[in-house]
Amino acid sequence: MHKNFKIIIWIAVLVLGVSAVGAIALNRGESISAMWFITAALCIYAIAYRFYAAWIAAIVLTVDETRATPAERLDNGRDFIPTNKWVVFGHHFAAIAGPGPLVGPTLAAQFGYLPGTLWILIGAVLGGAVQDMVTLFFSTRRNARSLGQMARDEIGPIGGAAALIGTFLIMIILIAVLGLVVVNAMKHSPWATSTVAATIPIAMIVGFYMRNFRPGRVLEASTLGVVLLLLAVAGGGWIDHNESLRGLFDHEGLTLAWVIIAYGFAAAVMPVWLLLAPRDYLSTFVKLGTVTLLAVAIIILQPHIHMPAMTQFTDGSGPIFGGKLFPFVFITIACGAISGFHALISSGTTPKLLANERDIRMIGYGAMLLESFVAIMAMIAATVLEPGVFFAINSPAGVVGKEAIDAIAKINSWGFAVSVEQMNQLAKDMGESSLFARTGGAPSLAVGMASIFGNAFGKSMLALWYHFAIMFEAIFILTTLDAGTRVGRFMLQDMLGNIWPKMGRTSWMPSVIFTSALVVAGWGYFLYIGVIDPNGGVNILWPLFGIANQMLAAIALCVATGILVKSGKSRYAWVTGLPLVWLVIITSSAAWQKIFSDDIRVGFFAAANDMATKLAAGVLPAEKAAVAPQLIFNQQLDAYLTMFFVVVLWVVIIDMLYVTYKYLAGKPVLPITEVAREPSSLVENWVRD
Amino acid sequence: MLERLKAFWRTVRRLSGDDAYEQYLKHFAEHHADSLAEVQAPLSREAFFKEWQDKKWKGIKRCC
Repeated sequence: MHKNFKIIIWIAVLVLGVSAVGAIALNRGESISAMWFITAALCIYAIAYRFYAAWIAAIVLTVDETRATPAERLDNGRDFIPTNKWVVFGHHFAAIAGPGPLVGPTLAAQFGYLPGTLWILIGAVLGGAVQDMVTLFFSTRRNARSLGQMARDEIGPIGGAAALIGTFLIMIILIAVLGLVVVNAMKHSPWATSTVAATIPIAMIVGFYMRNFRPGRVLEASTLGVVLLLLAVAGGGWIDHNESLRGLFDHEGLTLAWVIIAYGFAAAVMPVWLLLAPRDYLSTFVKLGTVTLLAVAIIILQPHIHMPAMTQFTDGSGPIFGGKLFPFVFITIACGAISGFHALISSGTTPKLLANERDIRMIGYGAMLLESFVAIMAMIAATVLEPGVFFAINSPAGVVGKEAIDAIAKINSWGFAVSVEQMNQLAKDMGESSLFARTGGAPSLAVGMASIFGNAFGKSMLALWYHFAIMFEAIFILTTLDAGTRVGRFMLQDMLGNIWPKMGRTSWMPSVIFTSALVVAGWGYFLYIGVIDPNGGVNILWPLFGIANQMLAAIALCVATGILVKSGKSRYAWVTGLPLVWLVIITSSAAWQKIFSDDIRVGFFAAANDMATKLAAGVLPAEKAAVAPQLIFNQQLDAYLTMFFVVVLWVVIIDMLYVTYKYLAGKPVLPITEVAREPSSLVENWVRD
Repeated sequence: MLERLKAFWRTVRRLSGDDAYEQYLKHFAEHHADSLAEVQAPLSREAFFKEWQDKKWKGIKRCC
């Protein structure tokens, strides 16, 4: 009876999920309720978690709950600590979920809501969550080794080096593109700029509090910080209305880019306790709070999606970024569907806390599902906007024209209704002077969130909600920027330390300054080019980031597939093999198009050649001609960088295939590095308090 | 109900690292107190927090 009841429940979930997906996919009406998206997502996640993830854990990986984890065996009370599974889940989720799942879906909404939504759902349950879970498992079985170390141990030195270089380059491009998103949200917006600026001294106050005033009182300090942040959002509105103060915070994109570059350098050399660590607490609390609030608001309000299921831009002519639906929707949405970066957290960091292998499914697979859900909410927040408004906010001036009237005419010519008055009124409601050409996703997401929050919790405070949403995104973009620059610095110091040991000392100031400057110069260059590029820069940088991130995911899946085969589980190798094949197809074809396409909006070389011809013929307007040489150089650089990514990826794949071939042919391969089993002595249902 | 609220509060403290020092002291008492070789006293709250925080940010702790 009890068993039958369960079967009936699961059949009901299945039917509900299928109908919700059907409703989303087949809707051709004016609008569709966001509840269908939430329903489809929750049903798919539930079924995938209950059946697919459980099957992988039990049959493919054969998790052993009686086996001691590294956290238990190597428990030192500091970094290796067996920890309650909900706490590990919280840490893991806070670490993997950054601004990526918010920005990617917003940009991909130019294709319509359907392609991105389907990819977020299917990509997460068959790809991203599997990657996170198997990586967590394999690292747990190897004393919490990092992805790079596992690649070196199991596949060979090439795989290890590829993972290291891949990580470093992703970091550089990721920081640049996130910096650009913040710049586009802050340019000529005294309110946004002053609020974001205020987060820096607030973080420092929190840092002092935690370090000197009341050491280790994390919650007290964070509460203080969150209150100050909310005051800063309100205070920004006051500054915006104050004639003498607003001039201090009203800047061009380029000025803001230089400020961010200077800030990034300062943050990388400053001690962590002063800025990075306290900012991370604030961003984690604000992030969790806002995401929960957004979910509640969507459920209360059940907003309607106004974006069509598919737009005409699936043919590659989209204003936000060029390129056809295939492969670019899969590149644009990396985080939220599958993100290689997660493999770095799943290996090395999280396994040190894992108390029992049984928890691997919930932490590895479950946390990724939650991140995917965040991506779905970002997709909803972007597509509740009228499509005309969405494109007016996100289309760069280089595509639709600098003047409002030109931009509106262009957007109307695509068949999306929007008027200058409508945009002016919207900007006024949001407390901004203009919302045109704010490419990058943060402002349109903030408008979407502000209208959802405004409708759910009172409309009078739209401008406050908008700037709260901007602050919310900016604060953890800046956390990623700080943390990423610092990690880049450590990696660089580690590499240089092989040549000159003194450089490897992380506390030696000359080395700290030198390597930090190199890392900041790396992303600062891409940020600078992005800001001076009249096409917005996001159209170049985001695909590059997507390709790099998917490449890292492919490397992680290569390692996992190699280990599965070497463990004698070849017949299950498709579990990681299928997502791997898909990633290889999309990254290779996206890279191919970015390098060789004749379309100047897609191909890097085509764009460089086109601009060079125009420059030589003297047909470029003066301001464009001034930056053209830099843009031409950058396009070529990006092409070579893309080539490099693909070559690295294919080298790792061939390496992995060679190892599996040798294993299957009975030839000697590197031995499996799994640590021998020790029985766990932690008692059942044990909670450490 | 009160028990539940207390448990929730403990989880929040654990998640945020608010009780990290207490956990460390507990670990120290369990593992080092009776071993004769270990004559060192545990770190002070301040020193522990310093070390904990510096260590936390040595590797990749946040992604995209």
